[in-house]
Amino acid sequence: MNRLAQIFVKESILVPVVAIILGLVTGAVAMLAGGFDPLLAYQSLLKKVFGDLYNFGETIRQITPLIFTGLSVAFAFRTGLFNIGAEGQFIMGMVASVYVGVMVDLPFYLHAPLALIAGALAGGLWGAIAGWLKAFRGVHEVITTIMLNWTALYFCNYILNTFLVPKGQQRSEEIKETAYISVQWLSEMFGNARLHWGTLLALVAAVVFYVLLWKTKTGFELRAVGFNPHASEYAGMNVNRNVINAMLIGGLFAGLGGACEVLGVFHYQAILSAMPGYGFDGIAVALIGGNTAIGVILGAILFGVLTYGAAGMNFGAGVPVELIRVVIASVIFFVAAHGIVKYILKPLLSRKKEKEVL
Amino acid sequence: MDVLQIVSNLVHDTIVFSTALIFAALGGLYSERSGVVNIALEGMMIAGAFTGAVVTFFMQDMGALAPWIGLAAAIVVGAAFALPHAVASITFKADQVVSGVALNFLAAGLSVYLTKIIFDGAGQTQTLATVFTKWNLPGLGDLPVVGYALFQAYPTSFLAFLAVAVTWYIMYKTPFGLRLRAVGEHPRAADTAGVKVKRIRYTAVMISGALAAMGGATIALTTTSNFSHNTVSGQGFIALAALIFGKWHPVGAMGAALFFGIAQALKGLVQVYELTAYIPIEFIYMLPYVLTVLVLAGVVGRAKAPAALGKPYETGSR
Repeated sequence: MNRLAQIFVKESILVPVVAIILGLVTGAVAMLAGGFDPLLAYQSLLKKVFGDLYNFGETIRQITPLIFTGLSVAFAFRTGLFNIGAEGQFIMGMVASVYVGVMVDLPFYLHAPLALIAGALAGGLWGAIAGWLKAFRGVHEVITTIMLNWTALYFCNYILNTFLVPKGQQRSEEIKETAYISVQWLSEMFGNARLHWGTLLALVAAVVFYVLLWKTKTGFELRAVGFNPHASEYAGMNVNRNVINAMLIGGLFAGLGGACEVLGVFHYQAILSAMPGYGFDGIAVALIGGNTAIGVILGAILFGVLTYGAAGMNFGAGVPVELIRVVIASVIFFVAAHGIVKYILKPLLSRKKEKEVL
Repeated sequence: MDVLQIVSNLVHDTIVFSTALIFAALGGLYSERSGVVNIALEGMMIAGAFTGAVVTFFMQDMGALAPWIGLAAAIVVGAAFALPHAVASITFKADQVVSGVALNFLAAGLSVYLTKIIFDGAGQTQTLATVFTKWNLPGLGDLPVVGYALFQAYPTSFLAFLAVAVTWYIMYKTPFGLRLRAVGEHPRAADTAGVKVKRIRYTAVMISGALAAMGGATIALTTTSNFSHNTVSGQGFIALAALIFGKWHPVGAMGAALFFGIAQALKGLVQVYELTAYIPIEFIYMLPYVLTVLVLAGVVGRAKAPAALGKPYETGSR
């Protein structure tokens, strides 16, 4: 067997690939049940994304926050924590950066960085609350992070209504131009798609994610706690501190993502009537990416394409955009229940083994 | 008089809002006492709210019977919707938390997707003409203060309290309940004693789905009178918190659900009495969620989960 085939048969790659295929098949079944043409729908999806430069640029914009939230969820996963709170951390990042963007007067080389840092810290602290509750009060992080998501949503609206939104309007004032992180020339190249430095920051964040986890002592401890908290404690590591750190750093990633969305894309913050959803998709991104840096980037590209292309699916085949949520949920389900995937693959894999014996 | 009136209103509203939480928390109780984590309560509630609303809508000709048919349909769909979670976590030994989260997303997406197909692209069902109306218990309902507070309620509320009693009886007075608890505490011992561990767990998870779906349908058929993506909005997780706060006991879970119901009842009360001048409305919206976190932070150290919670069981393992 050549090396490429070997890589492909490795379960770590095979399971997500099959999960994606099963997810798309589930979506197709749902479309058939609803009386739609799944082939036309998936074609329209791809046409929307790759049809012209503007939409391609906008897809990159869509992918960017998913890298951040994917990293956030994956980072916590490495320490054995399930961070469903990337959503809330993302929201806190948005509101902190819009606050700095509107309220502070600074030259551009200070203003934009300050707004980014404020967003990251707000997200980080929001994550750390859940970490602290887990470490010192024993509350499962899944419940606290979900509750903190809703709290962040209403808290964000409170800050907006009280300080930033002019009377009778539904969104904040625009942030000052000194806080913009848009890239004008690149946007012009892509038909005014809203491209910004955040995409580069996201890739840098992925590198930081890798280096921090695999090349530093802190990262070693974080991963060790994830593998076996009891053994780590016996080895003299402070489990509680690592739990808080993991949620804090995860929150930093998500918060930074929220900040980039405000400073690079919208330049204002609308009053939220529902969750933006990037945090939830981040869970799918992290799971499909196997909680690795490169996997998260690939996962973000996949789900960015799916969620942005959903509008094209609606336009081209009349399929409601929520269908994509069904696909994403199915992918998460099949990654979680990889036993099912292996069960389906069993006849295939065992035949391969027989061949090897021969 | 005025204070009594306010208290009476508050208790009345608390019961209205607690009903769904009681159903869902009881649902969680069956699943978790058998050893299967059920974070999918939220999704099961969404499935129930959607089914209840849609079926009731198409049964409107049946008049007062329509919401009952909707509720029955929600029970069936809820049990079926729980099946993937059971298959993944019991047969395929998946991570139960991740599987539950997947089911939550699936419910959120699928329900709105189907709503748009059924109602020509609208993101919510039309307002239901035939929903549950409040019962006024003869004699008791006309008592001053107490009557309105306790004895004028939706039939589903009475049903919820009945479900608490039935669940208590099943859990502590029947062989099935004993087996279910045994499977959640020490599956190997139960297996050795001849209890079919997996079968009990499957049954428990499906009962869980049915009850949680009843909770979801209750919301759609009493308070909101329609289904939209916002109908359930986190109440499944609050029900899960109520279950933990109530220490996995039916009566405790009911008490905790009533406690969280107060937080929601306050929302309405603050608006009615125009207290928003003193408290920002967003803080009132936050209250149920913040309260959940605070309560769990204060109590969890002392609560004891079923010993085998979250652990898949391999038949015959040692």
